[in-house]
Amino acid sequence: MADHRRPESEAEPADRVARLTVAVTERDHAQGPGDASVTLVEYGDFECPHCGRAHPVIQEIQRRLGEQLRFVFRHFPLGEMHRHAQHAAEASEAASSQGHFWEMHDALFEHQQALGDRQLAEYAGQIGIDESRLQRELIDHVHASRVRQDFMSGIRSGVNGTPTFFINGVRHDDPWDLDTLLAVLTAAAGGRPRTDA
Amino acid sequence: MSIPSTAADTTPHGALAAGTQAPDFSLHTTPDQLVSLSDFRGRPVILAFYPADWSPVCGDQMALYNETVSEFQKFNAELLGVSVDGSWCHVAFAHERHLHFPLLSDFEPKGQVARLYGVYREQDGISERALFVIDADGIIRWSHVSPIGINPGAEGILRALESLPQESQHG
Repeated sequence: MADHRRPESEAEPADRVARLTVAVTERDHAQGPGDASVTLVEYGDFECPHCGRAHPVIQEIQRRLGEQLRFVFRHFPLGEMHRHAQHAAEASEAASSQGHFWEMHDALFEHQQALGDRQLAEYAGQIGIDESRLQRELIDHVHASRVRQDFMSGIRSGVNGTPTFFINGVRHDDPWDLDTLLAVLTAAAGGRPRTDA
Repeated sequence: MSIPSTAADTTPHGALAAGTQAPDFSLHTTPDQLVSLSDFRGRPVILAFYPADWSPVCGDQMALYNETVSEFQKFNAELLGVSVDGSWCHVAFAHERHLHFPLLSDFEPKGQVARLYGVYREQDGISERALFVIDADGIIRWSHVSPIGINPGAEGILRALESLPQESQHG
């Protein structure tokens, strides 16, 4: 057995460019047109402070790029490090099952310091969905497998922390400040910056 | 957080390659508990050498593995983190981060196991950020050295585990 070498094993440099292995489909949470010229996928964690900082950056980019951009959010909760992250992700899925994913997504990022179960239910009330149904679904972990599917699709795509972004399916390894991200997205969208936004 | 590399840190390395017998070792995982590689014969082992407890990228890497331990267990594989930190340091780090896998202390003689695997950085006294997937017979089936500032993620490990022959996964 010792002589069964795997010649591909050491050849790593060629695949340093990480790509999204699970394509964006109908199952994803997306904002923007399906035929947008650029798709930005974020793997994020609602309790991760870096994701919290990225949230207004993404919103500004959405304003600037308008219909040129499709933005997709996938879950990547590091639940052992952020003890509310898993439930927060499940709460957003619970909101999604009532047709209000993005409202909950925004509420969670705007209240990163208050993500206990009671507060999750409060946000449900504030965005006008059924609070008790959300609480029941959290207790029963109805949406845990969906969250885990996102997480594993991230692992298989080379996500190594949060937030990790993919632009048209290729991992963005550079900084994600507004100027950098906007420049890269604008170039990926065909280099037509909007000035009227 | 993913920290971009500042330089092409791809110096040629001497990490033991696939096909090599994994050198056995015994290291402390707690101040009064030793772990040997041979304890795990019959199961795949993932050795994750990392530069230091507490440094940001390492923390992220170990946090990530903490979330994927259950995936490794599907292959009956044991994950062992290894750094030159002392075992009391490991205890505090594992406690603070709620780590669910052992951290081994390559502390005395410092870096001896990292040297055995060809991943010790003489210039700064820490190990490379290096991964080894070892099969049930103790043969290295995959190895990978990341740039020191880059968290390699878990995809390479899972791919390597998937390529192990079935009998190698379960002894």
